[in-house]
Amino acid sequence: MSDNLGTTAPHVSVEPVSVMAPDGTVLDQDFVDTIPEADLVALYEAMLAQRVYDDRMIKMQRQGRLGFYLACTGEEACSYGPAYALQAQDWFYPAYREPGIALWRGMPFQAWIDNMVGNCDDPVKGRQMPVHWTARAQNIVSISSPVGTQIPQCVGSAYAAKLRGDDAVSICFFGEGTSSEGDFHVGLNFAGVWKAPAIFFCRNNGYAISTPYEKTTAAKHIALRAHGYGIRGVVVDGNDILAVIKVVREAAEWGRAGHGATLIEAKTYRIAAHSTSDDPTSYRTREEEAHWGERCPLKRLRAYLETKGLWDEAREQACITASSERVISALGVAEGKPHPDLDTVFDDVFAERPAHLQAQYSELKAHLASGQSAYKPK
Amino acid sequence: MAKMNIIQAVNDALHLAMKSDDNVVVLGEDVGKFGGVFRATVGLQAEFGEDRVIDTPLAEAGIIGAAIGMALYGVKAVAEIQFSDFIFPAYDQIVNELAKYRYRSGGEYPCPMVIRTPVGGGIRGGHYHSQSPESLFVHHAGLVVVAPSNPYDAKGLLLAAIDSPDPVMVLEPKRIYRGPDHGKNWGSHPKGEVPEAHFTVPIGKAAIARELTGEGTPVTIITYGAMVHTCGKAAEEAAKEGIDVELVDLRSLQPYDLDAIVASASKTGRVVIANEAPRMCGYAAEMSAVVTEHCFDWLEAPVTRVTGYDTPFPYTLEFAYLPDTGRVLKALRDVATYA
Repeated sequence: MSDNLGTTAPHVSVEPVSVMAPDGTVLDQDFVDTIPEADLVALYEAMLAQRVYDDRMIKMQRQGRLGFYLACTGEEACSYGPAYALQAQDWFYPAYREPGIALWRGMPFQAWIDNMVGNCDDPVKGRQMPVHWTARAQNIVSISSPVGTQIPQCVGSAYAAKLRGDDAVSICFFGEGTSSEGDFHVGLNFAGVWKAPAIFFCRNNGYAISTPYEKTTAAKHIALRAHGYGIRGVVVDGNDILAVIKVVREAAEWGRAGHGATLIEAKTYRIAAHSTSDDPTSYRTREEEAHWGERCPLKRLRAYLETKGLWDEAREQACITASSERVISALGVAEGKPHPDLDTVFDDVFAERPAHLQAQYSELKAHLASGQSAYKPK
Repeated sequence: MAKMNIIQAVNDALHLAMKSDDNVVVLGEDVGKFGGVFRATVGLQAEFGEDRVIDTPLAEAGIIGAAIGMALYGVKAVAEIQFSDFIFPAYDQIVNELAKYRYRSGGEYPCPMVIRTPVGGGIRGGHYHSQSPESLFVHHAGLVVVAPSNPYDAKGLLLAAIDSPDPVMVLEPKRIYRGPDHGKNWGSHPKGEVPEAHFTVPIGKAAIARELTGEGTPVTIITYGAMVHTCGKAAEEAAKEGIDVELVDLRSLQPYDLDAIVASASKTGRVVIANEAPRMCGYAAEMSAVVTEHCFDWLEAPVTRVTGYDTPFPYTLEFAYLPDTGRVLKALRDVATYA
């Protein structure tokens, strides 16, 4: 527990919480000791695997096998950390750069890949672009592209849990760019007034696509916003997964204890491009990228594990090979599956398909049967 | 049966819903202690507490966004937007989130909740307390939109909305909250009789507010909300001129009752469609297309719209702007005499 939990008055701290230095030196041994060594290894393996998945997916997008992809390279700790820190009954509202919450919490890997292809087994039935998955069994809410809309929704879920007396917190994720949206301010304000057990996890990765932090806000830290809304605010080294776990655990305890919400600002860096449609070489320097590459969340945890004799180059290569084979194989399987059924265009608009949609469905079926449609079924 | 006006019917429905189900929550600006600017939520907070009848901060996107989160979690939120003119900060939450949740999540995350909001002019409210935005919401697949015209339907549709597995917007005709027309309250109106028990009006079913008498040239009027009463009055006037009106009160705008529309339009062959909103892409435009597509062979006259003008809603001249009985009557004469 950090000092700012010693009082129920929300406190804002902008001193970044760290557990491990970029070179793997432990700064907070007591906290490291709270996490079993097997879990540290599992978290490292998961983040390394994620880096491999992201790398392979981008390559396959370049080959034309995926329509689109968004990697979390450099920000792995910001989704695997919170996923590890929270509990099964907690609710997650991802933005679109948090695959770790899905895969760590047990979304089937093949379903995650099926979403990238939009095939018949895609959890969202091929209705959204890649990286817009859903995972109901894991309490992970479906993803939308407009940014920040999930923030007040997360507050609503948090409030609902509190109303029902459930011991659940709700966490939402967003980038620092999204902190300019009205929904961010509205959501934090509602959470403050309602003392909702919500966690606002801001990945401050330096850029909103190409827009740098200093053009997003004149405030020195996003976490300072918490003060104006009467909620806790914390800054954390977002590339230090143990520190991320620590602040998310504290925020969850704060919420479960009935004290309300916390805004966490994780200082990190989007080593990846924004998406496969982006080219960061046009708006940032190689020096800056190299600087952050040294502060990579994988490097420091690996260094620590190696000093403990828990990891070595052979395990590294084995993990890379296995992850690569896993993602390539799953993608092959996904590509072999047919498109979603035509029904899926008209289902789930409402609980039951109304007459006008049934009529439009018949119209579409007749058009396809005529052979005049631009769509070729698979 | 009790005598109720629309506000009382809404209030009664909310009381019943909250009493029978702890899972129902009401939220909005001034809905709690004060009971809402139109008094629709009076008494709820005293009975059900501040946790279930929530005075929210003044932010529509927050009201709807939070209600969505509650709905996803499994709590049934009934959100009030004080005037539909103020709904637009929540437009993104409504059309990009609420409307699409079930679909975009492959059916994993339905989002059943209710938005109540007063619509329409005639209360001296200028353009920010008078608009009729229904066409902006029926356009977005995934939203159920209903528009009651009387106390009976206001209660029955609201209870149906609360029971619905889909997100439902209830557009309440604010100028007839307390009476069907100027100077007249609901006390003597047959639809002012409202059962005290729980009942629902089926979503997607129109009502025939006035049946053909068999005397005169038959004409169909298709309308909803407060315009039902304007059109009803026009129908009485028209009867004196040998025009026999069947008045279709749609009640539900999405989904709408195609069978009732086709049945009436193909029977009369002469159709007037009335809505308060501006003409351009208004709800009447869709109804006009529907009638033309489905009933062309029966039509004896061009489908004719009576609507608001394509201007912002004016203040001083609002009763010049609003479609009135005289404009409906003229449209009835035009289609009845068309040859």
